[in-house]
Amino acid sequence: MTDAKMRGVRERKSRTRKKGVSLLLNFPYLIWLSLFVIVPMFIVAAYAFTDASGAFTLDNFRKLSVYRENIFDSFVYALIATAVTLILAYPFAYFMTKRSAAAQRVMMMLVMLPMWMNLLILTYSIMNIIETNGIVNNLLVAMGMEKVQMINTPGAVVFGMVYNYFPYMVLPLYSVLSKIDPALLEAAADLGSGGPSRFRRVILPLSMPGIISGITMVFVPSVSTFYISQKLGGTSVNMIGDVIESLVNRVSTRNLGAMLSLVLMVVILICIMIMNRFSDEEGGIML
Amino acid sequence: MKIFGKIYLGVIFAVMYLPLLVMVFFSFNASNSTATFTGFSLHWYEEMLRDSAAMDALKNTLLLAVVSTVIATILGTLAAVGIFGMRNKWFKTGVLSVSNVPMMNPDIVTGVSLMLLFAFVGRMLGAVESLGFFTILIAHVTFSLPYVVLNVLPKLMQTDPHLAEAAQDLGSTPIQAFFRVVLPSISSGVVSGALMAFTLSIDDFVISHYTSGSFTTLPLLIYTMTKKRVTPEMYAVCSCIFLSVLVLLLIMNLSQIRQAKKMSRISVIGKK
Repeated sequence: MTDAKMRGVRERKSRTRKKGVSLLLNFPYLIWLSLFVIVPMFIVAAYAFTDASGAFTLDNFRKLSVYRENIFDSFVYALIATAVTLILAYPFAYFMTKRSAAAQRVMMMLVMLPMWMNLLILTYSIMNIIETNGIVNNLLVAMGMEKVQMINTPGAVVFGMVYNYFPYMVLPLYSVLSKIDPALLEAAADLGSGGPSRFRRVILPLSMPGIISGITMVFVPSVSTFYISQKLGGTSVNMIGDVIESLVNRVSTRNLGAMLSLVLMVVILICIMIMNRFSDEEGGIML
Repeated sequence: MKIFGKIYLGVIFAVMYLPLLVMVFFSFNASNSTATFTGFSLHWYEEMLRDSAAMDALKNTLLLAVVSTVIATILGTLAAVGIFGMRNKWFKTGVLSVSNVPMMNPDIVTGVSLMLLFAFVGRMLGAVESLGFFTILIAHVTFSLPYVVLNVLPKLMQTDPHLAEAAQDLGSTPIQAFFRVVLPSISSGVVSGALMAFTLSIDDFVISHYTSGSFTTLPLLIYTMTKKRVTPEMYAVCSCIFLSVLVLLLIMNLSQIRQAKKMSRISVIGKK
């Protein structure tokens, strides 16, 4: 046998061996994925298309219009919260990159620390600060001013979302902004572009992937939250998450809750797909 | 401009830390109010140590986090190695997109879908209570898995595939080659994946809420506590968590700085 032939045989052998090994390694994972990711989604769909006795029906979807307002409100609040977070976090991440390496490391730690704290407790603490007899109002009264109604308003809910998901926007923005080569900006300046045009034509396009992932990381948990709206919105705000939470807890309305979960999931997956498409196109333009 | 940037960062950090400061401050309150401070005391910390529900929840949280992290890390690392070795591109993208589903889905949908699965299986088996430690464990492993896979895969792409082959040519079995050559070169990815799985598990509320049954973790306990008027005891519990996270982050940061210093020293020696 020639050398080349022998190499060929050996490569083929190692390839089949590799294929077998890779399947074997994946086997537990594939089973796990199908049992606990794929099957549950089918069960949600099955519940959505049946009534409590298990017979096929489209009634659940007919009731979708009842929850039109909750769905609409959720998307509006989440969109506002995402926009506010982006507007606040972008300059924040930008200013961070302008500091010394040691300061950046410390600030990074300070941004990540609240992420490790439980959302429930942070939200409760915000509630303590802004409630009717809370800290801010107590201070106002002590200074001889009148109390301000802050809790149980849509504004409080949006503030809660911005507050809780702010670090999730800062992290991806910081990671793209800190990688932008200063030489690129110098080159743009040398070629005669001023501050605003440098931002629009160099910094912004280069930070697009960070913006996209930040938006998804803030929007998805915001639109589906139920704790923040319960604690800070009271009865004035009833989001889709609140509705699902109250529906699935009772066996009799579980099918309706499954229908709303299915709708929420499909809408969010479509949103994410559109966003990813958008970022791909941006990348194409960049190249 | 520079001053403006400093002020901007300062103001946002102040707002960011205000609720945390309120939490720590009122955990030392002498009375049971979380809005009016009446005097300093360690009463609520004593109360916390005496509270068996809180201590049980803490134990449960740690147990669940450790077990689910170990399972997710092993399964996820093996899966990443397997996915990396896949030849069929379609199959590969298919597996990767399915494994990203729990990451993209809102928590509430993941929680509800798993709860319905467990309820369905429980009904088929005729069980009275279908939820408990094992269901919450399955749920936590499920949402941690994609993070482990996504942390390990890039490290695999950076390693030289011929290294494992070389090890095998030199007489080691595929398993030996994996443990002695592949695993050390991807260990940083495995560790960061495991860390992420651990923190996600400790912090999770929504998915646990739907899959736990009577098994209570700390976030679930906090949830039931915040349904009523809470006492500063809960703030004491959370201040302790805050302190441990702070210490952990400081240790991690210090070791990173030390490592960076070592690396820079090595590169300086290399230049000489």
